[in-house]
Amino acid sequence: MTEPVDAAAGPPEEEPPAGFAVRLGVAQRAGGVAVPILTAVVAFAMGGIVVLATGHNPWTAYKGIFAGAGLNWFVHVPWNTSTVNLDAYNLSQTLLLTTTLILTGLAVAFSFRCGMFNIGGQGQYIVGLVTANWVGVSFAGWPTLPHVLLGIAAATLAGGIWAGVAGFLKATTGAHEVISTIMLNWIAIWGGSYLFGQGGPLQNAQDPSSPVSGAVAQSARLPVFWGSSLLQGLDVGFFVALAMLVVFWLLLNRTTLGYEVRAVGFNPDAAAYGGINVKRSYFMAMAISGMFAGLAGALDMLGYLFQYGTLDVQASQIGFLGIAVALLGRNTAVGTGIAAFLFGGLLYGTTRGLNPNVFDPGLAGNLTSMIQGLVVLFVGADIVILYLWNARRKLRLRQQEAPA
Amino acid sequence: MTNLAARLEDPRRALTPNGIAITGIVLGVLAFWSAIPPFDARTLVFPVLIGVLAMAAGVWGISRGRRRVGWGAVVSGLIGLSLGILATHSSTSNLHTVFAADLVASTLVFATPLTFAAIGGMVSERSGVVNVGLEGMMLMGAFWGVYGADKTGSWAAGLVIAVFSGGIFAGLHAFWAIHLRADQIVSGMAINFLALGVTGYFFEQLYGQQNIPSGVSTVPNVKIPLLSHWTYVGPAIGDLNLLVWIAILLVPLSYVALFKTAFGLRVRACGEHPRAADTVGINVYTVRYMAVITSGMLAALGGAYLSIGFGGGSFTEDMTEGRGFIALAAMIFGNWRPFGAFGAAVLFGFSTALAFRLPAYSSSAAILFQALPYVLTLVAVAGLIGRTIPPAADGRPYRKQ
Repeated sequence: MTEPVDAAAGPPEEEPPAGFAVRLGVAQRAGGVAVPILTAVVAFAMGGIVVLATGHNPWTAYKGIFAGAGLNWFVHVPWNTSTVNLDAYNLSQTLLLTTTLILTGLAVAFSFRCGMFNIGGQGQYIVGLVTANWVGVSFAGWPTLPHVLLGIAAATLAGGIWAGVAGFLKATTGAHEVISTIMLNWIAIWGGSYLFGQGGPLQNAQDPSSPVSGAVAQSARLPVFWGSSLLQGLDVGFFVALAMLVVFWLLLNRTTLGYEVRAVGFNPDAAAYGGINVKRSYFMAMAISGMFAGLAGALDMLGYLFQYGTLDVQASQIGFLGIAVALLGRNTAVGTGIAAFLFGGLLYGTTRGLNPNVFDPGLAGNLTSMIQGLVVLFVGADIVILYLWNARRKLRLRQQEAPA
Repeated sequence: MTNLAARLEDPRRALTPNGIAITGIVLGVLAFWSAIPPFDARTLVFPVLIGVLAMAAGVWGISRGRRRVGWGAVVSGLIGLSLGILATHSSTSNLHTVFAADLVASTLVFATPLTFAAIGGMVSERSGVVNVGLEGMMLMGAFWGVYGADKTGSWAAGLVIAVFSGGIFAGLHAFWAIHLRADQIVSGMAINFLALGVTGYFFEQLYGQQNIPSGVSTVPNVKIPLLSHWTYVGPAIGDLNLLVWIAILLVPLSYVALFKTAFGLRVRACGEHPRAADTVGINVYTVRYMAVITSGMLAALGGAYLSIGFGGGSFTEDMTEGRGFIALAAMIFGNWRPFGAFGAAVLFGFSTALAFRLPAYSSSAAILFQALPYVLTLVAVAGLIGRTIPPAADGRPYRKQ
C-alpha cells in the first residue's frame, strides 16, 4: 500500500502501484497462512473438547492418532527406512492416502479457482478407479510401461469426461454445477456398484459369487519404492501426485488457459467483457478438475488397491475429503499439499493405524469426520473474516483520506 | 386446490392442452399397468394402444405450447409402452413377485423420508437459502430420534428430540448462511460431514459395540378400517406408519402455507427479491432463519422415520445413505413446488421399491436401477424436459442496508 504521504512526496519510481486484484491476492496470502492454521487448530481443539466431554483423555487420543499416522518416525527413528519398523510402515500408509488426497484436493481447488464448486470429486474418483481397473485387468500380457500409461491415461480422461458433463451443462444450459456433480456422484456410485457387482461386466470371473472386481494384472501395477509390495507399500504414484502440484501451479499461473480460468473465477462478467470465452473456461476448468480426480482413482487402483468391491465403492469417502483439503489449503498448490498430508495422517491415524488399546478406532474414525466438518465450516466463515478485515481497512483508508 | 376442483367440474377446462398432456402422463403409466397385476394383459394390444395414445396426447400438448408436461407425456408413454411390452413377455409368476399389491405400500414407505426432506428443502430454498445439508440433518434426526425413544421410552419424545437436533444443525447452517454470509454450499457440506461425525461418534460412545437394544418404542402404524377393506391394495395401504400419513398430509399443508398465507408470501418474497421484501418491512433475516430451521426439523423427521418408524428402532452409521441428496433431487425435479416434490419423491420411492424386487429378474440390473432418480434429475436440471427454475435469490446472502 502506498501511503497518502508518499503520494504527496511524488510518484514512486521503482514500484508501480499495485492493482486491486493483486492487493487482494497479497492480503489473501498474508491472511492465508494464519487463518488456515487457526482453522485447523480450532477444529482439532473442538474435537478434543468432544473427546474430553465424553470421558476420554484428548491428549492420549491425539497422541495415539499422531503415532498411528506414523509421525513418530520423524521423532523416534528419523530416516529409518526399514518397514519392519511400525512408525515407518504407518508413515508409508499415511503418504499413500496423502497421494489420493492431493489429487482429489486439487480437483476441488481447480474448479474453485474458476468460481465453481466441484462436489463431484468422489464420482470422478470412482470413474477413474473403474476405468483403471478395466484397463488393468483387460490388457494382461502387455509390457509394463505402456500398460500402466494406458491405464492412467484412460482413467484420467474418464474422470475428465465425467466432470466435463457438469461443465458442459453449466456452459450450455446454465445448470448449477453443484447439483449436477452431486447427481453424477451417485450415478457413478451405483454404476460402479453395478459394474463390480454380481453379474456385472467387470466382476471377477474367477469368483462369480462375490461382488468384487477382477485383480489388476502384474504388468499394470505401479512399482513400490518404500516397503513391500505384499504389505501395500508406498508406490511411485506419490511422486506423480507431487508432480501434479507443480502442474497445477504452472497450469494456473503460467498458461493462457490458467489466466482465463482465474479471470472467470474473479469475475465472469469482467472476463467476458475482456474477451475471454467464459463458457469454454467453465468446461475446461471442470474437465481438468475431473482429470485430477480420475488420476487419483488410477493411481489408487494401479498402486495398491488392484481389486475393488461394490461395498468399497459405496463406503468410499475420500473424494469428499478432498473438499476439506482444498478449502483448508486455500485452493493453492502448496496449501493443498500440506492439507492433504494433514488429512492423510488424520485418516490413517484414526483408522487402521490407531492402536485400539490407546483409543477406540470406532470413535476416532468419526472424530475425523467431525474435524473435517468443522474445518469446512470454519473455512466458510474465514472468507467473511477476510472480507471484514478488508472492509475495515478500506474504511480506515477513507477516514484518512477525508481530512486531507 | 380449488383450482383443481373447478377444473374437474368444468369439462371444458379438462380439455386444455395442459389437461390433455397430464392425461397423457397418466395414460403412459396405465400402458405399463395394463400388463401387470391385477390386470395382467397378456397381449401387446393394451400397452401399445394406450402408450401410443399417451404419446399422441403429449405431442398435442407440445404443439399447444405446453412443452414441459407434453414431453413428460411422450416420455411416460414411451416408457410405459416399452415396459408393458417387456412385461407381456415375462412370466406371470415373476410379475406377481415384483408387482405385488404391497409395492404401493413400499413405494410410500420409501417416499416418506424423501417427502419430509424434500418439502423441508423446498421451504428453505423458497426463502433463498440453499440447503445441501439435508442429508446431515436427516442423519441427526435418525440418531437422536432413536436415542430419545430409547432413553425416554416414548416414540413421541423421540420425535421431539429428533426434530430438536435437526433444528439445531439447521440453525447453525442458517447462522452461517444469513449472518456470516458464508457460501451456503460450503456450510451445507460442512453440516453433512459434521453430522456424519457427530452421530457416528455418539452412537459408538453411547451404545459401543452392542447395538441399540431391541424393544425401543417406535412410531405406531395407523389402521384405517375403511381403506383396509378395499380389494387388492387395501390390506397393504390400510395399515401404514403414522409418519407416512403425516408426510402425505404435509404436502397440501405446505402448499397452503407457502402459497395461500401471508407468511408463505413473505417466505417466497425473501427468496425471489429480498431487497423488495425488506423495503415493504419484512424482516428478511427472521423469515430466512425460520424457514431454514423448519427445513432442518422436517428433514430430521424424515430421518427419524428411518430409525424409529420404518427401521423399527435401529441405527447404523451413515444410515441415511444419500437419501438427503435424493430428497434434494426430488425437490429440484419437482421444480421447488410441494406437489411436484411429492410426485418426484413418490417416483423415486417407486424406483427404489422396484429395485428391491427386480432381483427376481436380474440382480445386477436392480443395482443399476438405483441410479435412475439421479439420471432423471440430471436430465431435468439440464433443461431437456422443460426447465427447472429455482427461486431468483436462491443461495444469495442478503445484506441489510
